[in-house]
Amino acid sequence: MPARITREDVQRMTADGAVLIDTLPEGEYAEEHIAGAVNIPVKKLDRQATAHLAKDAPLIVYCYDAD
Amino acid sequence: MHDYVGGKADWAVHGLPLEGRTAGRRRAIDVARKDVRTCGPRERLGDVRERVRTAGHEMCIVVNEREIVLGRLRRKEWDGDPEAAVEDVMELGPPTERPDPFLHEVDERLRKVGSLLLTWYGSEEDGGRLVGVLFREDVERVLAENERLPGGSGLSA
Repeated sequence: MPARITREDVQRMTADGAVLIDTLPEGEYAEEHIAGAVNIPVKKLDRQATAHLAKDAPLIVYCYDAD
Repeated sequence: MHDYVGGKADWAVHGLPLEGRTAGRRRAIDVARKDVRTCGPRERLGDVRERVRTAGHEMCIVVNEREIVLGRLRRKEWDGDPEAAVEDVMELGPPTERPDPFLHEVDERLRKVGSLLLTWYGSEEDGGRLVGVLFREDVERVLAENERLPGGSGLSA
């Protein structure tokens, strides 16, 4: 179960090298995403999909909102 | 793995940077007035009226101690007994909206109601916390300005 974090946590962690993953569909990512985020749609999100990301960096996932 | 539960909407509502083909389109929160006057439900109407009008405002949003919207005072309510408690005269259930829709998504509703109280639940709050008030004239002005731009397509608004 991923740990729930806040906006402030995201800002702090990405400044320290965490990788931000937008899990929305590719089209939505192309339209608009959080600056610096990479796109891995939730249906493709698994260990293999994240294997190319920085190995020791914390990973942060997000979608549109909390609902 | 960490989960930013507030997501893109929370990020956008707080004015943080976004990228992409349509990044920069204005949302309700971008045009909302933030300098709204608020009061508590147990305050005396006469005191609130004096305070709000002295500040040059005509509307006051009634909130609890956590800034959760309870009601609204407008012209009609100001005519009530100055000794009355705000909660006894306030307009209940004023129209509210999330702060993250794009302007064209709230334009039609605004034409009907004139103004919308923007409330945000975020990820921790247990009620709709007031973050601004959106007025029809402000949205129409921004949309009209955008249409006048070369190639105006509504995308930037």
